Amino acid sequence: MHQFKFDPVRLPESAGALRREVRAFIAAQVAARRFDPRLNSWGSRDDEFSRECGRRGYIGMCWPKCYGGHERSALERYVVVEEMLAGGAPVGAHWVADRQSGNQILRHGSERARQLILPRIAAGECYFSIGMSEPDSGSDLAAVRTKAVRAEGGWSITGTKVWTSFAHHAHYLIALARTEAKDANRHAGLTQFIVDMSRPGIGVRPIYNLYGGHDFNEVVFDNCFVEDDMVVGEVGGGWGMVTRELAFERSGPDRFMSTFQLLLESISKVGGDPDECAATEIGRLCAHLATLRRMSSSIAGALDRGANPALEAALVKDLGTSFEREVPEVFRRLLPVEPTLGKEASYGELLGMTVLHAPSFTLRGGTREILRGMIARGLGLR
Amino acid sequence: MNQANQSTLAAGSSTDPAAEAAALDAMFVDTIDRLCADQANRALREQAEDGVWPAALWAAFDEIGLVRCLVSEAAGGAGISLCSALRALKRTAYHAVPLPLAESMMATRLLQAAGLEVPEGVLTVARLDPEGAMPRVAWGERAGFIVTVGAGGDGDTVSLLSGRATLIRQEKNLAGEPRPTLGRAGLQQVAHAQLGGAANLLELYGALARSAQMAGALERALHLSLEYANERVQFGRPIGKFQAVQHLLAVQASHAAAASAACDAAIDASLDAPESFLVALAKARTSEAAGQGADIAHQVHGAMGFTREHSLHHVTRRLYAWRDEYGGEAYWQQRIGRLICAQGADAFWPMLTGL
Repeated sequence: MHQFKFDPVRLPESAGALRREVRAFIAAQVAARRFDPRLNSWGSRDDEFSRECGRRGYIGMCWPKCYGGHERSALERYVVVEEMLAGGAPVGAHWVADRQSGNQILRHGSERARQLILPRIAAGECYFSIGMSEPDSGSDLAAVRTKAVRAEGGWSITGTKVWTSFAHHAHYLIALARTEAKDANRHAGLTQFIVDMSRPGIGVRPIYNLYGGHDFNEVVFDNCFVEDDMVVGEVGGGWGMVTRELAFERSGPDRFMSTFQLLLESISKVGGDPDECAATEIGRLCAHLATLRRMSSSIAGALDRGANPALEAALVKDLGTSFEREVPEVFRRLLPVEPTLGKEASYGELLGMTVLHAPSFTLRGGTREILRGMIARGLGLR
Repeated sequence: MNQANQSTLAAGSSTDPAAEAAALDAMFVDTIDRLCADQANRALREQAEDGVWPAALWAAFDEIGLVRCLVSEAAGGAGISLCSALRALKRTAYHAVPLPLAESMMATRLLQAAGLEVPEGVLTVARLDPEGAMPRVAWGERAGFIVTVGAGGDGDTVSLLSGRATLIRQEKNLAGEPRPTLGRAGLQQVAHAQLGGAANLLELYGALARSAQMAGALERALHLSLEYANERVQFGRPIGKFQAVQHLLAVQASHAAAASAACDAAIDASLDAPESFLVALAKARTSEAAGQGADIAHQVHGAMGFTREHSLHHVTRRLYAWRDEYGGEAYWQQRIGRLICAQGADAFWPMLTGL
């Protein structure tokens, strides 16, 4: 049985100053009305804000300097990331590239891919999408049917990806495709490719979500060419990389901070002298949030040490996304406000926006059921 | 304490204090595991519930230094840190040890805080109400000494009492641990001191100790559930092979992990005394997880786990009892919530990151 380990971490000496610096930066941006924190989460994008983050060294923080990175620790990055989320900063443009795609390229990409792409990601100028899910392959990722076949100097990709967030703004997409026919080992024969979204042979169609927003898309590849040196890692070795990548995707504070702005607004609305019920509910959420922070930072510490905390990440994401979903439910019971549609940032609109986004929290990045299956495997049950 | 254990527990002179402390904690846990494997069995727990004092087990814990672990080496104790003591306590709860070890630690700390000597013997703690009664005193009739905390006109007081208390009402908690309500008559005051905030300190120590105990018991409940799910065959396969059961166990593992994380956060911060806000968070989180974890353990064990014949109840009844001792989750949640609201939304995030 896997021993789930959540070793405590001590934030580095530099963390305090870094935290104050990011907080001051966000406060100045809000004061200058660059964005309204109440309406944002890591799904909100603002290219100019991302470029400013790049100039300040908040992207690609842990990467080597020769690739535009800043050679800081995963824990320093953790501090910046959680401050951005707590401050309601519109980090969506660079989020995926910074959180996972860049790491993949750094670890497994060709030298040309690293030099071409990483400095631009770190500058906040280059954005990525994730090309994993397909119409017939959601939770069952190994069933992907998108195919890459040999072409002169590279590969030709054909197939369809869905739920591709911000594909309509992305410069690149990392696509998981089958490079060998499926055999007994269904995890073999999969490969990841860095696809340049400006190439011919790519169609992007919007898919509107429950809230009416346009984040995700359907992406169709029709004989789209990818050079050999845009293959990520070994041909046929995509599965292992994808599963390790998910430890980065799943463990961060973005998996429990999605409704933090609503929590803050709700505390204000409840006021300084809460009744018994409101105090109890707010205290409960706080106890959960504080515990999640401890567990999530512990995973950042493990990543720093080069460990692979994929199971711990699954556990934290399951707990964290359940917490995120509870926040709107708690306050719609406590406060006499009808949630409503609209983008003026009234409390009712904020609540409405959160209610209609909440179902996605326990789906994106691996459904709750997939995560529980992983945890069960770690417990030795599968 | 014998010579071998003295060397086990005595502080060495390694260069990395953190690593040294961790190694010491691990050794203590090993010692507790070995001792409990030998002696803390089901028959002993059942006898203890029937009122038989587990004298041999108590003596064994005294021998390894756990009973007086917070007393300085100069005064004949093991002289370990509060953090180490709480980690050891967590492990004793994993084994559902039916002894007032938590109370012994709490009594020791209260006496030390009040500047009083710590006597040798079985110690417990009590709150003295204005009428002179002590409600629900853990192992109250068995303890040789009761450290009481009272709110006086000039501030809180700590008293060390000994003798035979008057029994007002015989009570037990849900785990069958003795919690009699006692009267002061018949007790002699051995020592007495003023200690500002003593009542609050007792509550915090109690909440911290129970959090550690619940985290330990939740881990055991998880292990028992996994064992059972792997052994129990229905429809031709172990029930742990069914996805519905696997998901229950995954959720149970999450509750256990969250409880442990919350409790460890409070332990790590409580270097010399309980860190009050982290203790509040820990008790709120572990008390909530305790019920949920115990519920799942029972669901997985089916009717078998609902019997006295199966040993699951030794941990689940403790979880159902401890979650409400020294304030249930709602009590602590409310305190946390009031503090947050009073400080306002702008102070919330800085407060969380300052923990």
